[in-house]
Amino acid sequence: MVNALAVEARGLTVVRGRREVLHDLSLGVPAGSVVGLLGPSGSGKTTLMRSVAGSQRIRSGTLRVLGLTAGSRSLRARVGYATQAGSVYDDLTVEQNLRYFARVLGAPAGDPSRVLAEVDLEDHANRMVGRLSGGQRSRVSLGVALLGTPELLVLDEPTVGLDPVLRADLWSLFRRLADRGVTLLVSSHVMDEARRCDRILILREGALLADETPEGLLALTGTEDAEDAFLALAGGKVA
Amino acid sequence: MNPRLTAATTRRVLEQIRHDPRTVGLLLVVPSLLIGLMAWIFNDGRLFSAVGPDLLGLFPFIIMFLITSITTLRERRSGTLERLMTTPLGRFDFIVGYAIAFGLLAVVQSLIAVGFAVWVCGLSVQGNAWLLVLVAVANALLGTTLGLFASAFAATEFQVVQFMPLLVFPQALLGGIFVPRDRMPDVLRAISDWLPLTHAIEAFQHAAGTTDSGSVLREVAVVLAWAVAFTALGSVTLRRRTA
Repeated sequence: MVNALAVEARGLTVVRGRREVLHDLSLGVPAGSVVGLLGPSGSGKTTLMRSVAGSQRIRSGTLRVLGLTAGSRSLRARVGYATQAGSVYDDLTVEQNLRYFARVLGAPAGDPSRVLAEVDLEDHANRMVGRLSGGQRSRVSLGVALLGTPELLVLDEPTVGLDPVLRADLWSLFRRLADRGVTLLVSSHVMDEARRCDRILILREGALLADETPEGLLALTGTEDAEDAFLALAGGKVA
Repeated sequence: MNPRLTAATTRRVLEQIRHDPRTVGLLLVVPSLLIGLMAWIFNDGRLFSAVGPDLLGLFPFIIMFLITSITTLRERRSGTLERLMTTPLGRFDFIVGYAIAFGLLAVVQSLIAVGFAVWVCGLSVQGNAWLLVLVAVANALLGTTLGLFASAFAATEFQVVQFMPLLVFPQALLGGIFVPRDRMPDVLRAISDWLPLTHAIEAFQHAAGTTDSGSVLREVAVVLAWAVAFTALGSVTLRRRTA
């Protein structure tokens, strides 16, 4: 990697509707690492992820993704994005969804079957997405993000509604991807997952509250687990 | 525009529709049912031959308008459109992919409707019956592209259904179905000259009532020009980045 940072924001300000959601945000996501984005709902996590994925208009500041301005044309096949809502077609089968997005992304023909195995949906390939459980549906969405060879994955709450076994499986997949040099920016509500990240970014009300390693976060807050650390930060006990 | 991505989108839309056999059935059968009902109501071959072409013009337009505006609204609301706009898929790949998929459906629908009107209901056609099919397809494309464009201005399914009385009914009224255009007040006739559906209805009347293929093709060209214009307008409403 030429650039040490896969994502770099400087003075990023984003306005949605009449509300300023991100205020003068500066942060960096090191290339080849798994970075967790944590924060209460409404803190701006999704807006930050949309900005990185290139679908959010930016009011001011700069946002560089893989060395280019976020939303650049040449980034479209290099950044994989899974939205919170899922953003897959309920009236298609799992396989048809993957095949369509694979064609759109110019991914190799064998990619849908590779991805089916990675998100553990091989047994459901021919089922309609609309008939799947919430957790299965979000895995289809994750599968779409894994198509092609994205260098950066932006995953908005990919493990919501999954049982602990599946969640652990996905986090080990994330780790394998990072070992291959892929950068992952993963948002989560589950503070437990923070421990599996290389770095943790904590957002609150559109501002960066912390940018730490998991160990650093615990040391900083004098707490023993991520949940307490977050409560300590959110409560303003640490300046 | 990239033909490969456009074709992938067409195929995906057709796959979605195939999973919904009831919609396919309604799409193919309902126009013929309505035409049959009209033929029965008029109970007079000559009168039906005067109104039949107008109906053939209206049904594919209305049905395609509704289907397209609702499916594209669903893409906008479910987040799939936002996701597609972060991929290499172009705006025209999206719109033209849709237009081709629904255009193909329109070909089948029109073959059934025209065939039913001519052979079962006894609609008399002076010219070439294939021209009627061509006009029906052009008209379905017009409905498709107008639906794509209109869906950008609706936030909910309720709103998009209201666009039918707003955008479709006035065109039907001014297009000469109820009152011949030469008996309308001058202002209204001048307006109707510019409405796309007017040209579609004229095309049907020429195709059924005359052997003048040239005038049919001229009207079809106007209809297709409007379809291209709606495609261009629709593509402007597809944004890669939103506020």
